[in-house]
Amino acid sequence: MVQAPNPVADVPENAPEHCPGTESEFAGKSDACAGCENQTVCASNDPKLPDPSLPFIKARMSSVKRKILVLSGKGGVGKSTFTAQLGWAFAADEQIQTGIMDVDICGPSIPTILGIASEQVHSSSSGWSPVYVQDNLGVMSVGFMLPSARDAVMWRGPKKNGLISQFLKDVDWGDLDYLVIDTPPGTSDEHLSIVQFLKESGIDGAVLITTPQEVALQDVRREIDFCRKVGIRILGLVENMSGFVCPGCKTESKIFKPTTGGGKKLAEEMGIELLGSVPLDPRIGKSADYGVSFLDEYPDSPASIAYLDIIDRIKEVLGD
Amino acid sequence: MSSLDTPVSRRLQSVKHIIIVLSGKGGVGKSSVSTQLALNLYRSTPTARVGILDVDLTGPSIPRMLGLDGHGVHQSSDGWVPVYADGAEARLACMSVGFLLKKKGDSVVWRGPKKNGMIRQFLSDVRWGELDYLVIDTPPGTSDEHLSLLEHMAPVHSRLSSVIVTTPQAVALMDAMKCLSFTRAVNLPVLGLIENMSGYVCPCCGEISNVFSTGGGEEMARREGLKFLGSLPVDTELVSLLDAGEVNEDSANPVDATTAEKAAEPFILLNRYSNTSSAKLFENILDRLAVSLAAPASD
Repeated sequence: MVQAPNPVADVPENAPEHCPGTESEFAGKSDACAGCENQTVCASNDPKLPDPSLPFIKARMSSVKRKILVLSGKGGVGKSTFTAQLGWAFAADEQIQTGIMDVDICGPSIPTILGIASEQVHSSSSGWSPVYVQDNLGVMSVGFMLPSARDAVMWRGPKKNGLISQFLKDVDWGDLDYLVIDTPPGTSDEHLSIVQFLKESGIDGAVLITTPQEVALQDVRREIDFCRKVGIRILGLVENMSGFVCPGCKTESKIFKPTTGGGKKLAEEMGIELLGSVPLDPRIGKSADYGVSFLDEYPDSPASIAYLDIIDRIKEVLGD
Repeated sequence: MSSLDTPVSRRLQSVKHIIIVLSGKGGVGKSSVSTQLALNLYRSTPTARVGILDVDLTGPSIPRMLGLDGHGVHQSSDGWVPVYADGAEARLACMSVGFLLKKKGDSVVWRGPKKNGMIRQFLSDVRWGELDYLVIDTPPGTSDEHLSLLEHMAPVHSRLSSVIVTTPQAVALMDAMKCLSFTRAVNLPVLGLIENMSGYVCPCCGEISNVFSTGGGEEMARREGLKFLGSLPVDTELVSLLDAGEVNEDSANPVDATTAEKAAEPFILLNRYSNTSSAKLFENILDRLAVSLAAPASD
């Protein structure tokens, strides 16, 4: 028995059965390539042409000062909730223009969390208008484009990438101080696309979100690996759901036990900054369901204080 | 794909039931439900043969949960040999992209076509052998992985069914609804809905807090004419059990099973799992699921 070979090469969907993969040195030259419609493209050594939408994205993004990604390999750790809090906190200053872009195409939660789920996108001569939560906080999400919230978006990668490109070039963001980008879990099409589309304009950094369990940390390690591979600066790590205070007896217990040392150890191990830990407060989830700002509703909660400290630290790290 | 004889259909010929675990939202407990489902099916009879396939390619959690972190996959003349969670008994087979990574921190940064290829290989090249059940754990969303799964398994569609997992929060229920629309669009039978993380029992005073609210799943099942399979509260014991894994290289970890324990009990995870409160609740879920499986709903 031998170790299984490393899985698959880059094989397009319309490829013949024994396609060597488009990145292979045999691309367009192997026996299997005979008759394949992509053969000439594969066989030619011309570098692939740049995406024609890139200059438009660059032009549109030139009026955006800071672009921040919110990432986490794992789902359900609080990316969208954190994105919303960050957006609200930036926009608390009336002088600061903030935008939130939701690139989770199959599971957009941002409209619900911000309380604008029933809104729709309007288009004007200068592009799609974002939906405004308040004067200085504009939002764009696929959630505004679905006929009904029940509808599933059953799209493969290329279609998702197309929409993300449109979010960047066709949305009339105006002058923004901050654009916060919420992402889906994983390290796949959406993530690669956003990085590629924003390569020229530059991403100021990524905030990684985790919960204390090892299953979440494992995925965050992968996300850190991803950031390093594609060259995104990591602003720091936020540990969510890091303890729970029972409303009955006020005892703090760990729902999600940090069996391997939690976010703190991970941050040390990987040489990144732990921006802070946010305790689990049932009112955070409730606020998200009702679309109200947790920071405004419960300013005294330890979670609000933790959020605000983290947000201050992010500004510091960015040098603002 | 219209032909009924494909590498996938030949390989899955010896699999009786294929159950796909879905949820629109991430982090609601698909992998933990998949793991529990597999363990419960495994212990339902002394001869049940169960497979668990993890198609969450960019965030595989199943190896960790079954304590199989760090294992590798080997190739035989008859395809990839799955990793057996129960050791020599070889009734619980597991396959995940996690087994193919060199380091556990390595990221799998793949676009759709590559994921599609990997899924096809998982379905056609893994030597599952005779299986009573194949549980498939999926990533969040309704995108490449899900479409590829359904496409490749079209020839065995009559043996497919699914379970939807949600938490009681509105944001999760919304995604569960999208997921249900997906199953309807692709004509995939739904055995029922499981509400996970419904309430948390304070270990100190026993008070139940609805950390993520409660009851929403049952309500959704009623509204949509789905069978409600049951709800599972947050069980810290289970969280720790599935999270601890049997940490391989960091053996200094105190949660690690002692070597003596390992030697005495070939499948320690199952024994420990059987003592959790979730295991008892899951028995009822399994009973209801078995009824649905015997007479699949028309949905």
